[in-house]
Amino acid sequence: MANIQLKNVKKSFGAVNVIKGVDLDIRQGEFMVFVGPSGCGKSTLLRLVAGLEDITSGTLSFDGKVVNALPPSERGIAMVFQSYALYPHMTVYQNMAFGMKLAKSSPDEIDKRVRKAADMLQIGQYLDRLPKQLSGGQRQRVAIGRAIVRDPKVFLFDEPLSNLDAALRVATRLEIAKLHHAMGKTTMIYVTHDQVEAMTLADRICVLRDGLVEQVGTPLELYEKPANLFVAGFIGSPKMNFFNGNFADAYKAHTIGVRSEHMEFVSRGGWQGKVIHAEKMGSDTYSFVDVGSAEPVIIREIGTSRHDIDAKVAIAPVDGKVHRFNEQGKAI
Amino acid sequence: MSAIEPTPSDTPIRNQLVAGRVRSAWIFLTPMLVTLIIVAAWPLARSIWFSLTDASLLHYPEAKFIGLGNYYYSKTITMDSGATTTTMKGVLVDGAWWNAVWNTIRFGLVSVLLETLLGMAVALVLNAEFKGRGIVRAAILVPWAIPTVVSAKMWGWMLNDQLGIINDLLLRMHVISEKIAWAADANYSMIAIVAVDTWKTVPFMALLILAGLQQVPGDVYEAASIDGVHPIKVFWKITLPLIRPALMVAVIFRLLDALRIFDLVYILTPNSSQTKTMSVISRENMFDFDKLGYGSAESTLLFLVLLVMVTLYMKLGRVNFDGGVQ
Repeated sequence: MANIQLKNVKKSFGAVNVIKGVDLDIRQGEFMVFVGPSGCGKSTLLRLVAGLEDITSGTLSFDGKVVNALPPSERGIAMVFQSYALYPHMTVYQNMAFGMKLAKSSPDEIDKRVRKAADMLQIGQYLDRLPKQLSGGQRQRVAIGRAIVRDPKVFLFDEPLSNLDAALRVATRLEIAKLHHAMGKTTMIYVTHDQVEAMTLADRICVLRDGLVEQVGTPLELYEKPANLFVAGFIGSPKMNFFNGNFADAYKAHTIGVRSEHMEFVSRGGWQGKVIHAEKMGSDTYSFVDVGSAEPVIIREIGTSRHDIDAKVAIAPVDGKVHRFNEQGKAI
Repeated sequence: MSAIEPTPSDTPIRNQLVAGRVRSAWIFLTPMLVTLIIVAAWPLARSIWFSLTDASLLHYPEAKFIGLGNYYYSKTITMDSGATTTTMKGVLVDGAWWNAVWNTIRFGLVSVLLETLLGMAVALVLNAEFKGRGIVRAAILVPWAIPTVVSAKMWGWMLNDQLGIINDLLLRMHVISEKIAWAADANYSMIAIVAVDTWKTVPFMALLILAGLQQVPGDVYEAASIDGVHPIKVFWKITLPLIRPALMVAVIFRLLDALRIFDLVYILTPNSSQTKTMSVISRENMFDFDKLGYGSAESTLLFLVLLVMVTLYMKLGRVNFDGGVQ
């Protein structure tokens, strides 16, 4: 239930500038994902919004009110940490009730909210257990439950899935998506280095690099119209194929990028090359073709490939699906 | 025919593996066990044995078994007149011994309490981020590193009634109106012992507690700050419960040490009945008065008192050494 506005926000630790001037509007009820490689400042940015770190300069406002100096507990936020950050000596119930208890809410109200959150996350049967008696996935649910109980205006997630195994990560991702629908008016900010999480969860994604915003947009905007080489390379799996030199000159660009699903095998013309490797996923096959560019070109085919390793092939980008970039790496 | 049937060779091979592991465990354990038997079990057994004899230092090989006579015996003498007098002897009816027991327990409880509180305060300060923390951490260990004999002498001079710096400072600050013989005066000698021991041992406590504090994950404090927990509440509700295992173990170590205290008392306040502890009186009987059996009985009782105190503490504090506090 809050619009969050960052204006030229900067953060430095001693002489190290981590956030170098971020302008960003996060709309009420939106699911915003901060994504970027490690060290890009995404977690720091989240901690600035949470109030766990002081903002060096610039302003952070919630619904138009500057909150730079407000302690975390007065910002109406709840946070889910990567390492869960549950109180190890308290039961699940106590963990979830602790904040409300300190706020001197009535026991009935506390009990109602805790049980409601526990039901939402299906952790009702664990309420009397200690965190150490739970699995990683259950602990993360408790951490999410503790956040729900606070009934926050803004929900913050700091890489909540990175300590979970792959299957659990997918399941919990779905839980979080459902949670967002259920808490429609709550603004959510989610930090991850995993672009799949970003693509699947976000209403909008904010791609960060070296403390600066590279691009903000919906997942499909970023996928289809990356503003620069970095975003083009970071979003999408497998990574976009890039070509320089003669390959790009033909398209009057310094660099061109083509996604693996936009490359195809052709019977005449195209770029001549040799299949050097194939990853057979069952549903798709990714063939790696060496055409003399800096890196092998990855081509996605539905189902199994008809091209054997070492086969001589010709490939070409699908018309109209070529991303062109200038020397500065900006999209043309 | 069922698919899974143990092959006959399965069990012996497994047993061989286990036997090999047991053997290497014994090989690693033996040196430690032998050392423990030589330096702990054997002396303890000897001293318990001596406590049941009339041993003296010069004649201990010929010591005679006298049962529990060193602990307690009573003799009734019938006079010619027909009147009887009963004399009771032994450690258990010895006023000097009970005075020492009381001194030791009083010293142990007060000093460990003070050391725990001050050690906790120091540990909390050292756990905070500030410049030069490494140097301060090293510096704070100095009192603990000085041998007790040296620091006891040092404090003996500082507390000296005529020449000591403590009296001089307190006089100048008008805290006291005349010089006090801190170590010699019956009213102050226990205070002096507690103060010096606290000075010496706070660093040790602080380091043990600091180790506990550093086990507390930082994100728990961040969660607390989002929950809006007041710093004082954070200490009572989060920090203290989480460092309790470390704290309990630290207190056990100190309690064991404090109840055995000998060197500081022996050097700072020799021959003062106000501060004489169980260890001091037992040594005095064994060597100064040549009553090896009687002194051994006192050592044995000291051992029992320690055993009882620590067992009680562990039961009440629910300490287990496997995984901290249950």
